[in-house]
Amino acid sequence: MKSGYSLARISAILTKEFIQMRRDRMTFAMMIGIPILQLILFSFAINSDPRHLPSAIIDRDHSAFSRAVVTAFANSTYVDFVMAPQTPEEAEKAMLAGQINFIFEIPEHFGRDIARGGRPQMLIIADATDPSAASGALAAAGEIINTGLAREFSSALAGLATGPPPVDVVLQRRYNPAGITQYNIIPGLLGIILTMTMTLMTAVALTRETERGTMENLLAMPARPLEVMIGKVLPYVLVGYIQIIVVLNAGQMLFDIPFEGSRLLFFWVSTLYIVANLLIGFLFSTVARTQMQAMQMMVFLLLPQILLSGFMFPFRGMPGWAQAIGEVLPATHYMRLVRGIMLKGSTRFDLIADIWPLIALIVVISALALLRYRRTLD
Amino acid sequence: MTPQSTRAEQTPVIDVRGLTKIYGQRTVVDHFDLLVPKGAVYGFLGPNGSGKTTTLRMICGLLKPEGGAGTCLGWDVIEQSDRIKTQVGYMTQRFSLWEDLTIAENLDFVARMYGLDNRKDRVKRALKSLGLYERKNQLAGTLSGGWKQRLALSACMLHEPKLLLLDEPTAGVDPKARREFWETIHDLSDQGVTILVSTHYMDEAVQCDFIAYIAYGKKLIDGPSGEIASKIGLSTWKVEGPGLGALSKALKATPGVEQVARFGTSLHVSGPDQIALEAAIAPWRDHKELVWTPITSGLEEAFIHLMKEVKDNFA
Repeated sequence: MKSGYSLARISAILTKEFIQMRRDRMTFAMMIGIPILQLILFSFAINSDPRHLPSAIIDRDHSAFSRAVVTAFANSTYVDFVMAPQTPEEAEKAMLAGQINFIFEIPEHFGRDIARGGRPQMLIIADATDPSAASGALAAAGEIINTGLAREFSSALAGLATGPPPVDVVLQRRYNPAGITQYNIIPGLLGIILTMTMTLMTAVALTRETERGTMENLLAMPARPLEVMIGKVLPYVLVGYIQIIVVLNAGQMLFDIPFEGSRLLFFWVSTLYIVANLLIGFLFSTVARTQMQAMQMMVFLLLPQILLSGFMFPFRGMPGWAQAIGEVLPATHYMRLVRGIMLKGSTRFDLIADIWPLIALIVVISALALLRYRRTLD
Repeated sequence: MTPQSTRAEQTPVIDVRGLTKIYGQRTVVDHFDLLVPKGAVYGFLGPNGSGKTTTLRMICGLLKPEGGAGTCLGWDVIEQSDRIKTQVGYMTQRFSLWEDLTIAENLDFVARMYGLDNRKDRVKRALKSLGLYERKNQLAGTLSGGWKQRLALSACMLHEPKLLLLDEPTAGVDPKARREFWETIHDLSDQGVTILVSTHYMDEAVQCDFIAYIAYGKKLIDGPSGEIASKIGLSTWKVEGPGLGALSKALKATPGVEQVARFGTSLHVSGPDQIALEAAIAPWRDHKELVWTPITSGLEEAFIHLMKEVKDNFA
């Protein structure tokens, strides 16, 4: 036996690692799967210059000019007019619930005033909780209006095309008038931190028992799957509460994050979200055979939760398929809920559309986990 | 003591037939029948990988059999494993209590899982009889092998089960601890607890009331432990004297001799056919320094004989 460094030994270890890597199918799948997932999400789903943001239009004028402005905005692809409410209240409710990003309001006599050169006002209200979602459209607003009206001018009122802008655009940034990005990031970060830690905690819950050999003992005792699941999940709900308290207090001390809405509602939706994530982790641990596999599955879920939930990039700016995936992720709904409660002061009536998906997720995931839970060592 | 005569009228604690377990293409346990009377100490013997653990796991509901039926403690083995679990204590081959819990915490957890009353009292009594009361706050993972076995036995006894399934409980335990362990087993048996125990050790096998010998997932023989060897019909001669090493080699090559095994300072020479065996050893019988005595075959010879037959069948 040689006492120095040996190439043979290195190659022996190397060969062993390769064999083990190949045998561990899950690791192998993840090695291929994670880069592909990232590539698709980053290149196709994410759009830092969001388009087709859902908007409401309140047109009180119904003139050729007002229609020209509306058409110009629609053609710009920055916004999609999804509703034409009769009253501003109706529009604001939709904004509180997070259904629309912009409200465009064109006053009466808009066309007449333009024709007279009176520079009528046009109101654009933007949901500024996510400053980056609003900025593109707002920056381009003046130019879009001018382009849209130019066509009208060229036919009849060519003389007005020159000179100062024909419309006085009034911008209102709601909920985060200063456009402070931390206001948007911190509530989102809360969702991401919770999903990372909560899923991880329970993801190793059963695989750890299996790896240490204690699963055999646990299964030999008269425990029902539901009992095991609840017993494994509940302690970590407390851990989740502690994390929330830490993040919220830090956010308030460091960035002066506002808290407009009900703390009780916040507590309830956070509980739902924590439980949903813990159950996802538990489901993973019923599928995975080792702790390592459980953690890989967690990473696999974490990526879309960060990229598609509206945490890093405006949700409405993503293509339809990415939004569809985002809608089934708990983080997506939690982001909206927390941002709504903290920044907009939304109530449970405004947020019902994001509360029931969390409840539905909890029910579905529990059912899956209980189905997957192996009561035998087979 | 003849356990079978007094207990014959009672319904057996375990009564299963045709128990079969298949992993992929491999039949690990093949049509296994088992009848265990109440209060018996029933030994499972067989080489590694013969299906002893799998059979025990099927009986306590940890594995689902692919075939077979029967009852355990009066409940259906397949359908009512939840009921069975409440009355069975299962001690796993590998230490399977929680190493990051203390001794007391482990026992307390087990007591809670079975929903036992007077929990604190029971745990305290278990700790005292274990002799671990002073060390109750020590982590279970820091115990030595023998103590772990004792703790595990104590934990699976906590709910006073009617049936104990012990999977190689004395593997890696020193002789003194092993002896104490078997004393406990016999005490329990006297109290009416039925015990199914798998083991590798012949000296433990002879302490069982009944024995089943398993190889390649099949039961080769079973019955009261005293009758096994004569059932097989193996003849054995003991020989003492000098030069046993060379003699052993020579005998092994002689037709009529099936096995030659060394026991201390003697050799045991066995064969299934008495006349053929005597003919085979005849050339050495007159040797002055060798002392030949016919003896009854022991369990070990009997099982090695069985193994050889099975191997022939499988080949």
